[in-house]
Amino acid sequence: MVDAASPFRYRQRMDMFPSGPDAAPADAAPARPVVIAASRSGRERLALAAADVTGMARLWPLVWTLSLFDIRLRYRGSLLGPLWLTLSTAIMVGAIGLLYARLFHQNVSGYLPFLTVSLVLWNFISTVASEATTCFTQADAMIRSIRMPHSVHAARVVMRNVLVLGHNVIVIAVVFALFGTAPSFASFSLLPGFLLWLADGFAASLLLGLFGARFRDIPPIIGSIMQIAFYLTPIMWNPSMLTHRGLSQVFVSYNPFYALLEILRGPLLGQGLDLAAWHVACGYSLGLFVITGLVFVRARPRLPYWL
Amino acid sequence: MAQLAVENVSVAFPLYHAESRSLKKTVFAAAAGRLGEDSRHRLSVQALRDVSFTLRTGDRLGFIGANGAGKTTLLRTMAGIYEPVAGRITIDGAVTALLDPGQGMNMELTGNENIRLRALFNGYSEARIRQLQEDVASFAGLDQFLALPVRTYSSGMVVRLGFAMATAISPQILLMDEWLLAGDASFLDKARHRLESMVRGAEILVLSSHRPDILLQWCNRLIWLENGEVRADGTPEEVLRAYLPPEQFDHAWDAARKHA
Repeated sequence: MVDAASPFRYRQRMDMFPSGPDAAPADAAPARPVVIAASRSGRERLALAAADVTGMARLWPLVWTLSLFDIRLRYRGSLLGPLWLTLSTAIMVGAIGLLYARLFHQNVSGYLPFLTVSLVLWNFISTVASEATTCFTQADAMIRSIRMPHSVHAARVVMRNVLVLGHNVIVIAVVFALFGTAPSFASFSLLPGFLLWLADGFAASLLLGLFGARFRDIPPIIGSIMQIAFYLTPIMWNPSMLTHRGLSQVFVSYNPFYALLEILRGPLLGQGLDLAAWHVACGYSLGLFVITGLVFVRARPRLPYWL
Repeated sequence: MAQLAVENVSVAFPLYHAESRSLKKTVFAAAAGRLGEDSRHRLSVQALRDVSFTLRTGDRLGFIGANGAGKTTLLRTMAGIYEPVAGRITIDGAVTALLDPGQGMNMELTGNENIRLRALFNGYSEARIRQLQEDVASFAGLDQFLALPVRTYSSGMVVRLGFAMATAISPQILLMDEWLLAGDASFLDKARHRLESMVRGAEILVLSSHRPDILLQWCNRLIWLENGEVRADGTPEEVLRAYLPPEQFDHAWDAARKHA
């Protein structure tokens, strides 16, 4: 029998100063014994995988601090610190925007806000995908020294990139203010849209992280897939440009990245609710959740052996 | 009441050489219908074979055996890091595992930041995090260094930090690998003192060591591991008599007596 509720629970009972003034009462709760068995049956595996994710939720302050330290480390000792994120996005958007508006015969005041939102959102997707492939291999020291829910490392990738996104939102706000772009009434859908992004990011991190740990050629493969996807997805260019030239919409209609982008980009740029995009995004997300669930349930106990 | 039961535990490490790490090879093997055979014939190292024992409050278990006998793997499995291929482990009590000096620390982060991460893992409040930081700073004698990245520390300082961090939390079940007993002489005395009080406090101790005198002093039960199997299980005196050449046993016996 697997005790699904508490495979990580015993950590909570450690008490450094049991009689101290703020000895956590939670520690006193009688933890049930932890059973680690060679789980053969599907139900046991499923229960352990679910416990892994709830264990991660309980360790949320740790996930948050790990992500914060990641960002801080990246810019430690630099003059602007994490503001470099904002600055480099601003420079890139400015340079590319002015050139491509001419190349595509677009109006700068319409194209620049479009490009800013697209690049910032795409940056999140592609960075999560590429960092996800190494999320477990880079945390090998931690995984091999303490029993910790594996999904902590996947959630860390997502949180870290949410922090990066937070810095880049400043660029979007400035560009919107300069060009007078106003989000539409459909902005209420930004919240569910963003939640879907977080869930997708977490699932993709788990999945790619497990594959990346088992097969060492996954990271470069994902890198090139994301690069191709960048050019095939309407990020730099607008789907309406396809229609103008009489090209088929195949890169748009069934493109999961387009659907994901559009559910956030549309309302931000003042367009109405795009139900077709929502359907495609939800369909692909459901598929991703199912596949991730199956892989995680199966591969979770093997992960430490792969590192 | 702490209890730790290991029942028929086996652990095997798959050997991933360049070939089986490759996605291409796996996909082509699957396409050619060879995958089934491949996975059955996959090369693996049997690290533990059908190991069983039960520990209760008051037990002080030692592991002895040659390098590669499975001592560290068994400790890691008991800590819940490697889930066994067969068998089961039941842990009833708060566990601390002191397995390697790095303790999963991030070398780029400062000492204080690493302590904070460890504290958050244990679910500590902000006040207790500060207490832990002070406690570690005073014990490890690293005061100003705690604001510097761990990679700038000497290896001895890393051991001191890891040790202080891990031992600031008193567990019911303590799993220890022998690296703890390395370090400079003045720190070693301090460490030994702290460890001894911690060992007295812990309900169950499991220690892996090559030092017979330490095993004689600290343990009341000894398991001799050989090629991942239990070769002998008994009192430290019995097992060491069988394990060591007679003159080495006498030497260790005298050393242990002298210290006690």
